[in-house]
Amino acid sequence: MIPAIRIAGVTKRFRSLQALAGVDLEVAQGEFFGLLGPNGAGKTTLISSLAGLARPDSGTLEVMGHDVVKDYRAARLALGVVPQELVFDPFFSVREMLKIQSGYFGIRNNDDWIDEILHHLDLTGKAGANMRMLSGGMKRRALVAQALVHRPPVIVLDEPTAGVDVELRQGLWQFIRKLNQDGHTIVLTTHYLEEAETLCGRIAMLKAGRVVALDTTANLLQRFASHTLRVSLAEPITLAGPLAGKLLRAEGNTLEFGFDAFDEVADLLAGVRTCGGKVMDMVLGKPDMEQVFVGIMNQN
Amino acid sequence: MEGFKTLLYKECLRFWKVGFQTVLSPVLNAVLYLLIFGHVLEDHVQPYPGVSYTAFLVPGLVMMTVLQNAFANSSSSLIQSKITGNIVFVLLPPISYREFYAAYVLAAVLRATLCGIGVLLVSLPLTELHFAAPGWIIAFTLMGGAFLGSLGVIAGIWADKFDQLAAFQNFLIMPLTMLSGVFYSIHSLPAVWQGVSHFNPFFFMIDGFRYGFFGVSDVSPWTSFGVVSVCFVVLAAITLQMLARGYKLRA
Ligand SMILES: Nc1ncnc2c1ncn2[C@@H]1O[C@H](COP(=O)(O)OP(=O)(O)OP(=O)(O)O)[C@@H](O)[C@H]1O
Ligand SMILES: [Mg+2]
Repeated sequence: MIPAIRIAGVTKRFRSLQALAGVDLEVAQGEFFGLLGPNGAGKTTLISSLAGLARPDSGTLEVMGHDVVKDYRAARLALGVVPQELVFDPFFSVREMLKIQSGYFGIRNNDDWIDEILHHLDLTGKAGANMRMLSGGMKRRALVAQALVHRPPVIVLDEPTAGVDVELRQGLWQFIRKLNQDGHTIVLTTHYLEEAETLCGRIAMLKAGRVVALDTTANLLQRFASHTLRVSLAEPITLAGPLAGKLLRAEGNTLEFGFDAFDEVADLLAGVRTCGGKVMDMVLGKPDMEQVFVGIMNQN
Repeated sequence: MEGFKTLLYKECLRFWKVGFQTVLSPVLNAVLYLLIFGHVLEDHVQPYPGVSYTAFLVPGLVMMTVLQNAFANSSSSLIQSKITGNIVFVLLPPISYREFYAAYVLAAVLRATLCGIGVLLVSLPLTELHFAAPGWIIAFTLMGGAFLGSLGVIAGIWADKFDQLAAFQNFLIMPLTMLSGVFYSIHSLPAVWQGVSHFNPFFFMIDGFRYGFFGVSDVSPWTSFGVVSVCFVVLAAITLQMLARGYKLRA
């Protein structure tokens, strides 16, 4: 099957800054894909290149098999982008804007679908309101609505939940998940790593314009994260033997150990006691994307 | 095609929603010029035999309004979209750069025509006007509007800030219109300045436009139309080239 997105050898410089330093990436149709990375890693630049908003210095990008430069019409018809910046046109109401956006994509009578999008994004009550009158979170959802007017098979969301409250964030994800179940390919960037962990089947991590990790979420968690045991001790101790190898972090009297199976907890606690440690408090933690992220970013 | 039509519609809706500022106020401006200059100079200047100064002034003011508003429409729309960032809504869809160009220029021509008609209508009761060759009136309105609409696209894309756009307007558009013979016939100028005027495309727009009313002009309307057409084609080619390369729009 043709990949939803194919990116090959893409580089992009902004004067002296190498924003993309040779990116290769393929996203299969139907995937829920995460694009993670610290600020300035090049996520938005990559998305802009895919959307034709930026022109890469070299390399090729395809959406549903259509080259984004040579076959830009087909590529753009297949792509819906939610931009990171909170932009809006102050001249129009939400519905006017969605109708205009439909027209740009060649769709004339789109009211039923517009109603459905508005409903799912909880904007029905604001359909007639001018864009200026919306709150920040509502503007963000209006941007999501705009990206969906032409029912694109591939949807790219650049930090769609920044500034959206908890309840609506849940609603938004429910809707995006439904779109994914209906066959839409989703690519997501976010700094909320737990969101990426629960939603994305596969994740790419970008650092300084390079893909530094690319794997399924499960594999990344398995390879780079572990269960943790954090203990606070009454007094500092000196670790001996195998215990030292399990230590992930130490801050004053608080030690954090990593482990894979729960029966190791007893051994860890026994080891601490052997070294003369008196446990005042302890917390267990699950493996999570934050560990993966920190681990990978420090490695490279 | 649907993309072009929608963009054109959106551009028209944009100025229409603020019609007070984009249509009525330029009309009012032009009429103030007409009243003041007409009143002061009516008895002192007679540019063509049998044509009163006020009557002479009307076509010049109509054309000046057409040109300035065509420029204002495309340039201000583009710079606003760029500064607020909503230009991406036009850049993400499958709209070709030719459709983009055509929509912005045509919307500029439409607003310009509307403003021009407004000035003309308000002038009718103030002086006696003839329409010797209406075909030329229409031709120069469209061509002049398209020329300035195109110039507005260039300025709107080039300028990063509103003051750069204002500079473009104040140091290029305003002097060229003012020195093009809106308020005078170039025959009243010294020979040197007559010569200089012939390098100003705005002069030909206004002179040819005026021919449409009086059947008299400083140069033949065919010459004027030829000059203006060539200028437009050159400018359109430059603008399309800019858009094709994505200059300042697609980083
Ligand atoms: N138009 C531009 N001109 C100059 N430099 C740019 C431009 N756009 C991006 N950059 C630079 O390119 C690098 C990558 O930026 P990009 O916006 O792609 O990062 P990002 O991964 O999306 O970051 P964030 O998580 O903060 O959104 C940054 O160093 C940024 O300063
Ligand atoms: Mg970004």
